[in-house]
Amino acid sequence: MVPASIPDSVDSTLALLAGGDYVTGRNLATAVFLSLRMHRPLFLEGEAGVGKTEIAKVLAATLGRPLVRLQCYEGLDVASAVYEWNYARQMIEIRLAEAAGEKDRAAIARDVFSWDFVIRRPLLQAIRPEPESAGAPVLLIDELDRADEPFEAFLLEVLSDYQITIPEIGPIKAAEPPAVVITSNRTREIHDALKRRCLYHWVDYPDAVTELEILRRKAPNATEALSRQVVAFVQRLRGMDLFKSPGIAETIDWCTALTELDRTELDLATVDATLGALLKYQDDIAAVRGEQAQALIAEAKATVDADPA
Amino acid sequence: MSGRLAANVIHFARVLRAAGLPVGTGQALDAVRAVEQVGIEGRDDFYWTLHAVLVTRADQRALFDEAFALFWQTRRLISQLAQTHRGEEAEDGHDEGSRTSRRVAEALMPETVAERREDKVEVERDAALTWSERERLQAMDFEEMSAEELRRARDLVARMRLPIMVLPTRRLEPSTLGRAVDMRATLRASMRAGGDVIRLRRARRKRRRPPIVVLCDISGSMSRYSRMMLHFLHAVTGDRDRVHSFLFGTRLTNVTRHLRHRDVDHALARVAESVEDWSGGTRIGACLHDFNRHWSRRVLGQGALVLLITDGLDREAGDGLAAEMRRLHDSCRRLVWLNPLLRFEGFQPKSLGVRAMLPYVDDFRPVHSLDSLQALVDVLSRPAHHRPTFAPRRAA
Repeated sequence: MVPASIPDSVDSTLALLAGGDYVTGRNLATAVFLSLRMHRPLFLEGEAGVGKTEIAKVLAATLGRPLVRLQCYEGLDVASAVYEWNYARQMIEIRLAEAAGEKDRAAIARDVFSWDFVIRRPLLQAIRPEPESAGAPVLLIDELDRADEPFEAFLLEVLSDYQITIPEIGPIKAAEPPAVVITSNRTREIHDALKRRCLYHWVDYPDAVTELEILRRKAPNATEALSRQVVAFVQRLRGMDLFKSPGIAETIDWCTALTELDRTELDLATVDATLGALLKYQDDIAAVRGEQAQALIAEAKATVDADPA
Repeated sequence: MSGRLAANVIHFARVLRAAGLPVGTGQALDAVRAVEQVGIEGRDDFYWTLHAVLVTRADQRALFDEAFALFWQTRRLISQLAQTHRGEEAEDGHDEGSRTSRRVAEALMPETVAERREDKVEVERDAALTWSERERLQAMDFEEMSAEELRRARDLVARMRLPIMVLPTRRLEPSTLGRAVDMRATLRASMRAGGDVIRLRRARRKRRRPPIVVLCDISGSMSRYSRMMLHFLHAVTGDRDRVHSFLFGTRLTNVTRHLRHRDVDHALARVAESVEDWSGGTRIGACLHDFNRHWSRRVLGQGALVLLITDGLDREAGDGLAAEMRRLHDSCRRLVWLNPLLRFEGFQPKSLGVRAMLPYVDDFRPVHSLDSLQALVDVLSRPAHHRPTFAPRRAA
């Protein structure tokens, strides 16, 4: 894959994203464009299922760059995020050197603490890709809010200079900075110091027009009427007092589910049976199922009928 | 880019900072670079360019929005800004939404607005009762703590034993008695030593104290404990990382940031200012709903210990309380309820609120008399008896 050049305007960024079936507004496209041009990490916050992770995948695919993904969790450490030595190989190497009569310990040490024995974890892969000709990758740091504060502090260092230090080898600087996308579900507040090095964007639920366009691309087998009703239904649902409103991912799932059931229109029985694709908390499902769903279906159909365009 | 536009962008960044957004010099320079990249042909693009660089939290959007509109509209007529703005202010002077405008306006033109603000202060304090209640509380609470009292409070809190003290994390730390082998340290050491014997270096799991979330009732029936509770919260906040404090009566207030202030009197003054329902009624269900809806996913994500301090006397007689308690219980590591109202061991849960809450509590801590910080810390440090014996844990 030949790496495509990065876009030179907000419009071409929009086109690039659309080429990867990612439909969004100018606001997010502006942030993406700036992130690529200024070599700044893009910090995306928003509810689960609004397409934060997807944007990194789409960028990697459309720019023709490898995607390096670091899934964060509490207690993430250097050995699993940055690099690890291949201890087994090091031990064997030492034994072999000794068997061959090598007496110079310093030389052996230099030897076993060299690139050949480094296992690259995501951050190092992003800074020093392998093979090195593949071009700067897209680095996705997913759900940073799950990692703990010490890791965040470490990341601050990596992301400000795109440089990592391995004591035995020395500092390693990226030949070309990777495109970095950081996502957070906001289960805790990320420290300001890190956010300030990034371009921040709050990814919101899409409006009806955008969501319909997304469905057309992501659930192409659904009939137009069904897609419209689904969007109208979900948009109304988000206005309700729910513990977790459905994201775009859920809308797509639900629309696909209805299509698999050969539905061309919403009806109460099917909606009740498939609500689990949209809502993931029993309390929410109980609140919507039945009467409420009936009312929402009626409203959704009325909306679609009123605007047949 | 022309020097004039760059200067304006930097001026705009300064206005945002003055209006309360944490905008650094680095960000201001980034904003100039970003505008160079995007250009200034489209107003929307220009807006989102500055937004991407200068805004770092979703809730800063409103302020940014107003500042942007005001600044870039009036920029051309900077000399007339004072008049323009005075006109706007006069029209919407008394409505609630203009509060941020005033901040932005102040940031833009500090001297013209400041004087106008003086005669507005009274308008904000509309409810006379709230005001007097707040006054009373301030009078009650603002006896300053002596240095001796402070030291004692810190000692007490540092010695407090909560039901979960430490939890193992996934991180390792060097330890001679550890079970895991620290390969990295082992190989490094053996190469350094140059001997043929490889001596194993050991590591063990690092331990860390869990986050604490305190939900503290400050309604009328709890009011005599307010001062002590706040001192307790302040001491706990200073003692460990990851403490979140919420106060509730008829509505929920997050006071975490205020309590981080090192000076206890200053911290409590800021808390007193931000809370508007001191010594009123209690709507436990509604407040817990608010917490579950807006905060639980943000502060309970890392397996927090929740400390609920309330007498369980609910104005709404436990309406909807059980469901909220269940949700709270399901989303935290451990739910501890400290109830200061109980006077005797043979307590029976009579109040509807108490009955609704008890089944979902991991650890129920009644206390006969709670008259000092010492008593409070003692209750929390008692060994856990895991569930109340007189109530089934879960209805279903």
